[in-house]
Amino acid sequence: MAAKAIFKKPQSLSKKEFTYCPGCHHGIVHRLIAEVIDEFGIQGKTLMVAPVGCSVFAYTFFDVDGTVAAHGRAPAVATGMKRAMPDRVVFTYQGDGDLAAIGTAEIIHAANRGEKITTIFINNAIYGMTGGQMAPTTLLGMKTTTSPYGREIEREGYPIHVSEVLKELSGVAYLERVAVSSPAEVRKAKQAIKKAFTAQLKGLGFSLVEVLSTCPTNWGLSPVESINWLNENMKKEYPLGVFVDKVGELK
Amino acid sequence: MAEKVMVKGNEAMGEAAIRAGCRLYFGYPITPQSELTEYMARRLPEVEGTFLQSESEVAAVNMIYGAASTGTRVMTSTSSPGFSLMQEGISYIAGAELPSVFINVVRGGPGLGDIQPAQSDYFQGTKGGGHGDYRLIVLAPKSVQEAVDLVQLAFDLADKYRNPVLVLADGMLGQMMEPVEFPEFRDLKTLPDHSSWAMQGCEGREPHKITSFDIDPVNLEKMNLGYQKKYREIEAKEVRYDTEMIEDAEYLLVGYGTMARILGTVVKLARKEGLKVGLFRPITLWPFPYRELESFAKGKKVLLTVEMSMGQMIEDVKLAVNGKIDVNFYGRTGGVVPTPEEVLRELKKIIERSE
Ligand SMILES: Cc1ncc(C[n+]2csc(CCOP(=O)(O)OP(=O)(O)O)c2C)c(N)n1
Ligand code: SF4
Repeated sequence: MAAKAIFKKPQSLSKKEFTYCPGCHHGIVHRLIAEVIDEFGIQGKTLMVAPVGCSVFAYTFFDVDGTVAAHGRAPAVATGMKRAMPDRVVFTYQGDGDLAAIGTAEIIHAANRGEKITTIFINNAIYGMTGGQMAPTTLLGMKTTTSPYGREIEREGYPIHVSEVLKELSGVAYLERVAVSSPAEVRKAKQAIKKAFTAQLKGLGFSLVEVLSTCPTNWGLSPVESINWLNENMKKEYPLGVFVDKVGELK
Repeated sequence: MAEKVMVKGNEAMGEAAIRAGCRLYFGYPITPQSELTEYMARRLPEVEGTFLQSESEVAAVNMIYGAASTGTRVMTSTSSPGFSLMQEGISYIAGAELPSVFINVVRGGPGLGDIQPAQSDYFQGTKGGGHGDYRLIVLAPKSVQEAVDLVQLAFDLADKYRNPVLVLADGMLGQMMEPVEFPEFRDLKTLPDHSSWAMQGCEGREPHKITSFDIDPVNLEKMNLGYQKKYREIEAKEVRYDTEMIEDAEYLLVGYGTMARILGTVVKLARKEGLKVGLFRPITLWPFPYRELESFAKGKKVLLTVEMSMGQMIEDVKLAVNGKIDVNFYGRTGGVVPTPEEVLRELKKIIERSE
């Protein structure tokens, strides 16, 4: 009997094996981006910028032209690319340390300029790659290697709400916070990524999708416990939802 | 032949870049080079180019990285504190081997310093202000005309070697007006084709990956050895220098850029007094003309290096002569420009002492 493929690797993902820990959400999000690139048929004209962080290898996981930016600088690198080649699709993939700490200036100004790029922002409330230090997104009370007594307002300030900050900027065309902790959420996340790319393809401005993500390794939890922890804690601090939508209904 | 026009150094360098085929500029204002940024803002749209004022020099240099990775001619300009902020990006650009042009119109430092001309960024430009084993090609013009010529050369060298090139000028050169003759506009279709490596979309080919990164030390060493091979080739082929009245000289002055120009006057003044003084001027600060300087220094009674700094290039001068002759130094710092008379006085003192 001839086999019929009902599920296969997206064409825009390379053959390289992911380097992510079991239960990490980076991999799911990669797949969603690749599916969207395939569905839009833009693999041949997409340029990607990977960050510094666990997803530093992302430029090798996608079968598109790709590079790695210095820590936090991806939006500036993407700006240079897009200004040089306005008819290409340019996206950055960034963690919360990368985007919300060292790269705060770059993301705010790229967004405010309405730079026609798309950013996929992975918020796992911690620095993954360097071994679980505090991020600006770390929750209050959360223990990390550099907030060993738990994050305290007096000492470390409040968790930063990137989407809520960016939504005030007029250059933003699409902005949504999603999660990928359940099949239904995965479908919604994909739709958000699709809309973000649509915003760019239509030349409407800057688009960003914030994805609440797990880091089982540095949270010290199993993959399942991590999802529960994310659902119970992260979603309270970072409510899911659409913040800006200048795209409208997708066909 | 093209007509000569009076232009300010900063603006002349901008026009030279555009004529060299540069259609993209990212930068952040800083004195004494802001006219260059402003010139590009005005001029680039006229040639269907793109100007973008970045939020910082950190962003500017990373925009350069992005644009250069598509194989497009791109440049930025700045002055000392801005150049410091660009070091992170320059290290990445050198590692990723991306052609790009930087102009540093140096002012007095350290720190916020002042806005007067200086040469105290020599180390940063030639020895690498960013991390890692990398090199910039560094060109030092002494006149507005030469700045125009070297900006053109900078783009060609950047493309040829896939390496960042720095034009190291100073506030004097940026601010002064001189008659210059501009070269013809480069036909954009004749610019080097970078499609074999650049990020332009992978339609019909394997994806291109550009990075300065490899987690495996053995591979990273290989990458570094690759850069070094290129640097050796540049050292063999791209050394440039100039001399004045050097053949019969007994005393040798060494200086670059604006300082060398002042030293040209010193040579004339000294000759009038019967002192046989000559001048050696490196035009490429990296690769430095070690061998050439060594051969010209041979048999000289006195060698004097003069800089608008407390002595940075002097280390290369010493390397060149390798202890075979004493290297004397005179310099002013903080944005003070030495006068020819003052240098001549110093030279005479040194000659007296040595005889
Ligand atoms: C200039 C600079 N500072 C610090 C680092 C070290 N560093 C590498 S990854 C990282 C944090 C990454 O965290 P995040 O962006 O949240 O991504 P994750 O690893 O969690 O996916 C840091 C601080 C660096 N590479 N460069
Ligand atoms: S350390 Fe955390 S963020 Fe990094 S791959 Fe592992 S689980 Fe994912």
